Amino acid sequence: MGAIFRRELLAYFTTPIGYIFLALFYAGSGLFFNLTALTSGSANMAYIFTLLIYVLMVAIPILTMRTLSEEKNQKTDQCLLTAPVSLGGLVMGKFLAAFLIYIMAVAITLVYAVVISAFAKPDWLVVAGNIVGLILLGSAFIAIGIFVSSLTENQIVSAIISFAVMLVCYLLNAISSVIPIDWLANIITKLSFVDRYTGFTLGLFDLSDALFFISAAAVFLFLTVRVLEKRRWS
Amino acid sequence: MIEVKNLSKHYGDQIAVNNISFTANDGEILGFLGPNGAGKSTTMNMLTGYISSTDGQALINGIDILEEPMKAKKEIGYLPELPPLYPDMTVKEYLRFVYDLKKCKLPRNTHLADICKLVKIENVYNRIIKHLSKGYRQRVGLAQALVGNPKVLILDEPTVGLDPSQIIEIRTLIKKLGKNHTVILSSHILSEVQQVCDRIVVIDHGNIVADDTEENLSKTLSQEHRLIVQIDGPRNEVMKMLEGISGVKKLDRLKSYSGDIADYLVETDEKSDVRRELFEKISSNGWCMLGLKTQELSLEDIFLKLTMGENIKGFKKAKKEAD
Repeated sequence: MGAIFRRELLAYFTTPIGYIFLALFYAGSGLFFNLTALTSGSANMAYIFTLLIYVLMVAIPILTMRTLSEEKNQKTDQCLLTAPVSLGGLVMGKFLAAFLIYIMAVAITLVYAVVISAFAKPDWLVVAGNIVGLILLGSAFIAIGIFVSSLTENQIVSAIISFAVMLVCYLLNAISSVIPIDWLANIITKLSFVDRYTGFTLGLFDLSDALFFISAAAVFLFLTVRVLEKRRWS
Repeated sequence: MIEVKNLSKHYGDQIAVNNISFTANDGEILGFLGPNGAGKSTTMNMLTGYISSTDGQALINGIDILEEPMKAKKEIGYLPELPPLYPDMTVKEYLRFVYDLKKCKLPRNTHLADICKLVKIENVYNRIIKHLSKGYRQRVGLAQALVGNPKVLILDEPTVGLDPSQIIEIRTLIKKLGKNHTVILSSHILSEVQQVCDRIVVIDHGNIVADDTEENLSKTLSQEHRLIVQIDGPRNEVMKMLEGISGVKKLDRLKSYSGDIADYLVETDEKSDVRRELFEKISSNGWCMLGLKTQELSLEDIFLKLTMGENIKGFKKAKKEAD
């Protein structure tokens, strides 16, 4: 796992992917920060974090698109899968590397908070809650991206499908509102990524929301392992 | 030591490998020979745990690859058909990655330096893999398989894409490695297997059609004797005369020279020796025998015979025309 983690991390910066992801995230969040906080003179950071979900939906597919699809495409998975490494370790190494890059991206929001503190006193607890929420949401998205990447050999297809899946996760609220069956609509609402995330942006830390994102990430990583396993057995 | 017992792989209805068994002993180089699509790579992928088998068992030094994959994989160095290289890494980064990946315990720098010296990639050690030529990539792939000093080496077409001098180098290297490793080497190049391997397993359509040393293979398969006679005499009459000799199974005129001189191929069954009769008939007709040699089946003939069965004649004809 350690070896794969280190290689992935290196790969993010020997290929343009890591830079593109970070640039996209910094530019997007910077734009929203400018619009919602600086120009309007507001010390409320909730808006930025609400809007950041769009940045994630575009940027995370780029971060994760090649994780497993490229291994399959270049046949380098033969090196990984014939080495004494478990599939769980392999997937976890990939996840952690992407996660670390993601943390580097999210760290920029701390800078925004510091900038705001020059003008007004930000509510540091709310900021902390926001960052935790963003990290949790991001880890679920990364897991989705890795899962989708395991299904295809093509990076572009992987990115597009990841984006589509994240879009569906984002739209679950809207979908549930048009479903006439009550119990089904209820279940879908409960799975809504946006609802779960909004709580964090308002400064509410709900353990069930946190667990929701953690389990979403765990489920998709588990499914990724199953996909890799199934490929061997098919 | 590798033991393969009744190994099968099915893809849906398709049978890629059908119930094969063989053993490769310590210090032996086993050649895995077969035409493209015969199931060589599938078998190797099963031996290394890259894909699972539908049925049967593969033991690496007595460890079942499916039951204890972590332990078994530590014993194996695998060079797949396409070397599994990350194009954006340098050779050094890549080999260090493989070293970590295999959880190797040997002293890192000296171990990697030894391997690089062995496969002669020291001069590209700091270069990015995507800028390397095919030959160097193949060698880096081989270096990767050697990391951790595994006892079993599985090499899938290790000389593909190399130039002739590189091929010789790699073959010499494999021979050297074969002294203290168990090596399985797949190839569709016959001369390669002939030169490098102690034993040959021929596989076709997922079935093992032969498993023996090269000498024995030649012996068992060359049931008929083949003679090539060079005769100076009118060609049609010579052919007629040759047809009249008892025990002749097959006749062919191979090559014509100036005048009436031509080479004839005479195939007989094992029992009859027609050389004396041939000589006497030629001289009694007033012709001249300019040469007589026996031809043993080459590995190529054996291979074609095993893998193509009845189609062999048509194939050889086509090949001759192509030449």
